[in-house]
Amino acid sequence: MVTSLNNQFTYIFRLARKNMWRHRLRTGLTIAGIAVAIVSFGLLRTVVDSWYAGAELSSSGRLITRSEASLSFSLPVTYGERIRRLPGVTGVTWANWFGGIYINDKNFFPQFAIDDSSYFKLYPEFIVPADQLSAFQSDRRGVIVGRKTANKYHFKIGDTVPLIGTVYPGNWVFTVRGIYTGADDKVDESQFLLHWNYVNETIKTVLPSMADRGSLFISNISNPAQAATMSASIDSLFRNSLAETRTETQKAFQLGFIAMVDTVLVAIQTVAYVVILIIMAVMANTMAMAARERMREYATLKALGFGDAFVFMLILGESLSIAVAGGVLGIVLTFPLSRAFFSATRDLFLVFEVTSFTLMQQLGSAVFIGLIAAIAPAFNSRRISIVDGLRAVT
Amino acid sequence: MSESLISIRQLSKTYQRGTQPVPVLFDINLEIAEGEYVSLMGPSGSGKSTLLNLIAGIDKPSSGSLLIDGVDIAMLPENDLASWRASNVGFVFQFYNLMPVLNAFENVELPLLLTDLSRAERREHTETALAMVGLADRMDHYPNELSGGQQQRVAIARALISDPTLIVADEPTGDLDRHSADDILNLLDRLNVELGKTIIMVTHDPKCAERARRRVHLEKGVLLSGSGGH
Repeated sequence: MVTSLNNQFTYIFRLARKNMWRHRLRTGLTIAGIAVAIVSFGLLRTVVDSWYAGAELSSSGRLITRSEASLSFSLPVTYGERIRRLPGVTGVTWANWFGGIYINDKNFFPQFAIDDSSYFKLYPEFIVPADQLSAFQSDRRGVIVGRKTANKYHFKIGDTVPLIGTVYPGNWVFTVRGIYTGADDKVDESQFLLHWNYVNETIKTVLPSMADRGSLFISNISNPAQAATMSASIDSLFRNSLAETRTETQKAFQLGFIAMVDTVLVAIQTVAYVVILIIMAVMANTMAMAARERMREYATLKALGFGDAFVFMLILGESLSIAVAGGVLGIVLTFPLSRAFFSATRDLFLVFEVTSFTLMQQLGSAVFIGLIAAIAPAFNSRRISIVDGLRAVT
Repeated sequence: MSESLISIRQLSKTYQRGTQPVPVLFDINLEIAEGEYVSLMGPSGSGKSTLLNLIAGIDKPSSGSLLIDGVDIAMLPENDLASWRASNVGFVFQFYNLMPVLNAFENVELPLLLTDLSRAERREHTETALAMVGLADRMDHYPNELSGGQQQRVAIARALISDPTLIVADEPTGDLDRHSADDILNLLDRLNVELGKTIIMVTHDPKCAERARRRVHLEKGVLLSGSGGH
């Protein structure tokens, strides 16, 4: 009995494999369709993952303090000193969104006015050569640019970069004094960092109400496990003041930004699943056609004494073989295509890595497609009697 | 040839076409002894293929009993009936019904997958069966590389391979030229005479029917002659 089952099992796979290639063009196109769907699914999933990657990579020991009212409101810069005095805080810096336009508004890169004496201490992952940092610190109009932005706009040390202010009105001219690189490939290398002091002194003369203020205060804490308590302590310092604060971990802060585009991410995820559903329907149609064409063969097998389960497994085996072949091809293609996608969209994503979870989802989807596509024809073959099957015209 | 291998009593079959019952066989009584070679004859729609399907256990009667070697196959559940067919019936179809993706050897070996024979034993049996039908040199050929007559001989080897008591053949020469048809009928003769197989063959060709030892006529679902005795 066991030998008989082993024999049948071996035969099912041999027959399924041979049946699979009876219509080479049809099978080839179906495999190609599944591969495209699996690649699309993988890329869309990776887009969603990459959107969250910045937040996932954030330091858990850094807290961000901002205005409770809105990100667009700034806080008195003196808040920095009060936060620094809190026990457990090991360092504080601040940064303001500058929002200048370089030539035209298509040339976007994030610009921050930073405190030159403390900012890089809190961001050790931004690697700046000592001589360049020193040159930046001694030039009020100096800037440090991330490698990615420098490469994109061909900025070299000594180049002047004119920006048209939007948050801080006026025509600003900066000189590139340094180029930072990330400690690893997951660090954002697109920022354009200028002196907060220079911006503050300049703006004092034209818009004094905007002077001496900071948008974001970044603090390092000695014990990341105490992040929630420390956040509450910082906020309690400014409770019932004119400018109350909201403090959260850098990760929570970045997730808050992502939440603003949550609908887009849900749409992308939905598209990823719809792609799988569409190919599932195509695959189900392929299997239904194949099973219909082979109805007489299935009836013959049943007449010879093979049970419904054998025929069921035969259809399932063929369906799974096609789906898994498409899935594996799709997974293999995902790697070069994700690299190509990343190079084409470097400004959008910090990292674009296909995770092992996505790969498992891709393979799981392929198996799921194969299973679902086989169900209807397999049950149909079971329902049709041997006599009707033998009469079937092929 | 005295013991009844097949004993059919008051067998009727009615198909259901939508809500309309369509009676096909009426009150059939038939005895077939072990080792007999019987041809079922009759015009189209007379019910001869239906009777063959019932005897082969691929269809179930609406009423009556159908005892084969003492087993009332009408009462067997589907799974038991499949096992019964695997060990007791060899099928020969008009259009051969070979698996196109399997070569001659694999097609003939197919029924042995339902047995506990080892791979080596299966090979030995298959080679013997193919040699018996004169196709020892065509084992690796696929059905589309064989003539109609050769395909039917592969089908006969497949019918023989599990050493069944009964071989049922539905128009086995219906798709063949006269020369190939004669070859097939000679082969069936040998199976009957040399191996003692009980053969029931459906045909509407009187020349083919003459090769059987006994002819049974059906018309409009009623047995006209050849019934009862051996």
